[in-house]
Amino acid sequence: MSTDTNTMPSGPIPVVSQATEPNGERGRPLPWAQTSAQALPTERRSAPANSVIDCDIHNEAPSLDALLPYLAEHWRDYIQESAFRGPHANDYPRGAPTSARPGSIPPDGGPAGSRLQLVQEQVLTPWGTEIGILNCSYRVQSVKQEDLAADLATAINRWQIDEWLAPEARLRGSLVVPSQTPARAAEEIQRFGDHPQYVQAILPVRSYIPYGNRFYDPLYAAAVEQDLVVGIHYGGAPGHPPTPVGWPSTYLEEHAGMAQVFQSQVISIIAEGVFDRFPHLRVALIEGGFAWMPSLMWRLDKEWKGLRSNTPWVRRSPSDYIRQHMRLTIQPLGAPPDPQYIAQTIEQLESDTMLMFATDYPHWHYDRDEEAWPVTLPEPLNANIWSENARAFYRL
Amino acid sequence: MTRVVIAKVWEIPPGERKIVVPFRGRAGIGVFNVAGRLYALRNICPHKRGPLCTGERTGRIAADAPPSNRDAELTVDGDGEVLRCPWHQWPFEIATGRCLVDPNLRVKTYPVRIDGNDIVVEYKEEESS
Repeated sequence: MSTDTNTMPSGPIPVVSQATEPNGERGRPLPWAQTSAQALPTERRSAPANSVIDCDIHNEAPSLDALLPYLAEHWRDYIQESAFRGPHANDYPRGAPTSARPGSIPPDGGPAGSRLQLVQEQVLTPWGTEIGILNCSYRVQSVKQEDLAADLATAINRWQIDEWLAPEARLRGSLVVPSQTPARAAEEIQRFGDHPQYVQAILPVRSYIPYGNRFYDPLYAAAVEQDLVVGIHYGGAPGHPPTPVGWPSTYLEEHAGMAQVFQSQVISIIAEGVFDRFPHLRVALIEGGFAWMPSLMWRLDKEWKGLRSNTPWVRRSPSDYIRQHMRLTIQPLGAPPDPQYIAQTIEQLESDTMLMFATDYPHWHYDRDEEAWPVTLPEPLNANIWSENARAFYRL
Repeated sequence: MTRVVIAKVWEIPPGERKIVVPFRGRAGIGVFNVAGRLYALRNICPHKRGPLCTGERTGRIAADAPPSNRDAELTVDGDGEVLRCPWHQWPFEIATGRCLVDPNLRVKTYPVRIDGNDIVVEYKEEESS
């Protein structure tokens, strides 16, 4: 047995603890002042002048224990017996720098995004956020026991009301639904859909079956009935690979490649005629980027003309449906080398109503808050992106 | 008025076509017999100038509704009345020249006459394409 200290240590790769950094604590300077203070222009340490609606803030359960009070005794026994620690897609590996911006991991444990106080201090206050939409990524979709999946969804939705929505009036919530069984997802939507702070049902972009399939009709019908947006969000662990060509080797490939999964869902939803079946359905594409959308619209419009006979129920050009029914959040930004390329992309969307501002807190896509949306655009496009598109789309 | 004899009437029975080259240029003209009625279209697709009249004939494929808990009940109406350009498969209604996927596009059509045993197309020389 070697005792050479230069050999690789066994066990998890050590990560510098972000929980010990002081910038998450009350009374400290704003988070962007902590990350790279030397480079900062001091005049931008205040909230934007315009109204801010943040369409992607993550709230996570600190642990399964937080949900136990909301679960039936049967499930508490079952969970104890099986040592089940909760559904986990590992969409945000705890050690990856993209998963948690500095200071966002609570000092007293739990994942980034699991403390309301940190969300208030690190997002709502510095941004002067008028309304923040929570996207809980609790992956009940990965639980194969259908009844447990449904009851976990109900539990976390009750927990969201008690721990997030009731104490903080600026927040709106997204219902976690067992979308692998759309009838149960519809029950969940009916159960909470009239809560004034629930504005959305959230689905992981990685699904068992493409979201255009009629399999999901009960879910969409319930969302329309309850006037909720259906949010399709980064991540998920349905059991098949996150790329169409098989399993990648690294998190980088999965993380950066998620945009192609979003595109697959958009193609499916359009081609299967979801918006003809549900003319009032609204779909938000969250944490998937947006720079790919113009080329997808071009291609779909082109092929729809030549292959019109494949999908005669698609009565208008695909880009028409997309512009009318879909919105995209701006993080993660593709970080083009010249920020003006963002303006060109928006021009190519041929719409000033499709993009909605989001920080994607606590995920780390930019060093300083000023970099979250690095372009100043003409009005009304500017105000639309910061707040008005979301206000109209979510009917806030 | 320029008069072009396309064919004898027995040369284009129902379901058939004849392409005559040249006709106002090298591309030519296609004359189609759709269930006993004759129609003439310029053999230039208004999309990308492909040889439209050499394309497959089909019908108007429709569905009452998208596939849901019932199937989509796809129907083919007027089989043989629609022509698909071989280049990009854009469909055109033979009787009107109307493009079914882009209402702003229309292929040039000409009136067809039967003169004795001859199928005849006439056009004015100054007519724009």
